[in-house]
Amino acid sequence: MRNALPALFAFALFAAVPWLSEYWGGSYLTSLAMRAMILAIGAVSLDLLIGHGGMVSFGHAAFLGIGSYVAGIALTEGTTDLTTILALTVGIAALFALVTGVISLRTTGVSFIMITLAFGQMVFFTLSALSDYGGDDGLTLWDRATAFEEDTVLYFSILGALVASWFLITRIVGSRFGRVLRAAKQNEARVETLGYGVFGMRLTAYVIAGVMAAIAGVLLANQAEFVSPATAAWQRSGDLIIVVVLGGMGTRSGAVLGALAFVALEEGLSSLTHDWRLIFGPLLILIVLYAKGGLASLWERRV
Amino acid sequence: MSAVLSISGLTKRFGALLVTDDVSLDLKAGECHAVIGPNGAGKTTLIHQLSGTLKPDAGAIHFDGQEVTALSAYARARRGLGLTFQITSIIPGFSVLENVALAAQAKDGSSYRFFGSVARERRLNERAMAALELLGIEDRAQRLAGDLSHGEKRALELAVAIASQPKVLLLDEPMAGMGRKESAALIATLQSLKADYPLLLVEHDMDAVFALADRVSVLVYGKIIATGTPEEIRSNAEARAAYLGEEA
Ligand SMILES: Nc1ncnc2c1ncn2[C@@H]1O[C@H](COP(=O)(O)OP(=O)(O)OP(=O)(O)O)[C@@H](O)[C@H]1O
Ligand SMILES: [Mg+2]
Repeated sequence: MRNALPALFAFALFAAVPWLSEYWGGSYLTSLAMRAMILAIGAVSLDLLIGHGGMVSFGHAAFLGIGSYVAGIALTEGTTDLTTILALTVGIAALFALVTGVISLRTTGVSFIMITLAFGQMVFFTLSALSDYGGDDGLTLWDRATAFEEDTVLYFSILGALVASWFLITRIVGSRFGRVLRAAKQNEARVETLGYGVFGMRLTAYVIAGVMAAIAGVLLANQAEFVSPATAAWQRSGDLIIVVVLGGMGTRSGAVLGALAFVALEEGLSSLTHDWRLIFGPLLILIVLYAKGGLASLWERRV
Repeated sequence: MSAVLSISGLTKRFGALLVTDDVSLDLKAGECHAVIGPNGAGKTTLIHQLSGTLKPDAGAIHFDGQEVTALSAYARARRGLGLTFQITSIIPGFSVLENVALAAQAKDGSSYRFFGSVARERRLNERAMAALELLGIEDRAQRLAGDLSHGEKRALELAVAIASQPKVLLLDEPMAGMGRKESAALIATLQSLKADYPLLLVEHDMDAVFALADRVSVLVYGKIIATGTPEEIRSNAEARAAYLGEEA
């Protein structure tokens, strides 16, 4: 419970933002908060793979891209029903995760990083090639999904999705399935010789995480009212890994804290200088060096 | 009595090195069959082929009435092949209890359960505690497995194998690196396990082998040069020259 407090605190903070924004920041603040929450969903799902499963995927942003383009294309074509959009997204993302997972999970370590990177770039180039839907430039949306027409509804739906994702991942990690996943990260050979089919379990985790990130992509499209291939680019996958590491891999609250810190630093530093990444990089190294378990370790107790 | 595990004509090469040379042996119900042999004889390689972590080049392995030669390690484990490794293989970041509960879970229905706190599953924890008690390390249950002493890790390794409720146990040098007192205690434990599990025991410790084994096979350069009762092996000239002689 104690370890969950920082995440719960972050949720409370997000819940207070619409009210805060009436005094300070206005729609700039709410849209910043929405971006942070969407990033957090991506990071929470990625941490199931990296932090708990030992699968360092460098292509997780591809799922955000898939989700946002399913939403973007559906909305452009006049399908504004959220249920339909979500059903399509889940189906396509699950299929993509299944196919790429079956191939990538045959490898481990650096090979796994490289192969997931390659699949991610494949999605990036595919989206860039969709000339009917904006190609490289991306696509401006004229509609949101019907359910999200109200700004407040959209805001709290994103918060709801974040809380639900976090809760789901927390439960999965503590379940039978999660235990095997966590054990296989530390000693795959032993887990196999106990009678567990590690491949199938990792694949399942990969699909769960992919679908979750794709749903975040749907939210992103609705929030930004714009979709871009850049969402799926490797830099964004790298950002997601940074968020997970910054927050603390395999911790209860890390991914949420990491997303909050990432967006705050990005905004804060980029208002100071255009080359904000020059400061951000060394800062990240310092955090990784001095707070080995990321931000969450400053608060969490070791088990 | 019928054989639970039988190997015939097993052959394995690492490049030019013939590590398993046409090995045939079996393990009968209720029996402890020890495999002894000098360092590098190919004992661990043999165990790995049985567990499914290494593929043999030729030969067949039958377990519990079925051929398992082509099966993966996890499929063999599901059928009841339990083992401990020569090099301690635990989940260092898990508590001692969770290491053993993980093994109990393998035999207890599906692990594709995504909800419900596994740490609170009483049945799994009770079975894990029972295995820890059998090995006398129940007071270490909440410790991090990676923090245990070497001897305690060896005991944990055995508790894990037992908690998975196997049909046979393959033990690769369970006494390795243990002190005399610890070894004596482990021999007593294995003696009590013998009643429930057929044991294939790879061991250098001759006290253990002669205390536990019903049959002994001597493996030298990948080849079985003799099989017999402990007394027969003790008096077998070839076996003495190859192996026991070094010990004395
Ligand atoms: N993966 C491998 N590749 C090449 N050679 C190997 C490999 N594994 C083991 N060997 C060699 O095979 C031979 C048998 O090794 P193995 O570990 O099976 O012996 P062992 O009887 O268990 O020895 P010990 O008593 O020292 O545990 C040794 O010469 C070893 O160097
Ligand atoms: Mg060996």
